Amino acid sequence: MIRVQSEDFDAGFEIEQLTRGKTAIGGVVSFIGLVRGDGVTAMTLEHYPGMTEQELAAIESQANQRWNLEASLIIHRYGKLLPGARIVLVVTASSHRADAFAANEFLVDWLKTKAPFWKLEETAQGERWVEANASDNDAAKRWVKS
Amino acid sequence: MKLLYFAWLKTKIGKAEETIDLPAGVANAGALVDWLKTRGPGFAEALKDRRALRVAVNRRSVGWDFAVKPGDEIAIFPPVTGG
Repeated sequence: MIRVQSEDFDAGFEIEQLTRGKTAIGGVVSFIGLVRGDGVTAMTLEHYPGMTEQELAAIESQANQRWNLEASLIIHRYGKLLPGARIVLVVTASSHRADAFAANEFLVDWLKTKAPFWKLEETAQGERWVEANASDNDAAKRWVKS
Repeated sequence: MKLLYFAWLKTKIGKAEETIDLPAGVANAGALVDWLKTRGPGFAEALKDRRALRVAVNRRSVGWDFAVKPGDEIAIFPPVTGG
């Protein structure tokens, strides 16, 4: 399941909703990305409505093909966020923990390089668009099967 | 066709989207960018280095040699920074 929204999310509530009644689940892994406040006073996330949902669904589908997941969820926020605010939630659940851990890391790495989001940071010196990070690309590439 | 610009491209070009007729002789995304560059200083500046840009046709990431046709939705943007 994927959601793109401006509103905040409650990870506990989302995990409860996602896993309720699914007794094959033996482990749940969650990742929550936050706005880091190192010199940044606010961050505005812009996205490409329509394509974002499509890309997130494609990435989620890949994770489900590659690992045995009983449930998965990606929530990504957009709009203006302050330091400490939650940006993204990735939840993966499987019968054994290994698949949930691996799939979760895969999803986070890939959404950094595939999902059409752009971050505008506000600092004391003014605004700047965050540039794509080479280490994020490397992190995503390690999941490419050779 | 519909053109969409995101992040700093939108700022440099001065708009987020526009509708244009597919220019004569433009067959792919790369040629479209070359044509857009001739439309003014904002376009020229924003689109000067294609390596710093990515393109999606009908909401799918594609290469610069991807064919474009009337009615397509074409988005041009910097590399993404989600997560």
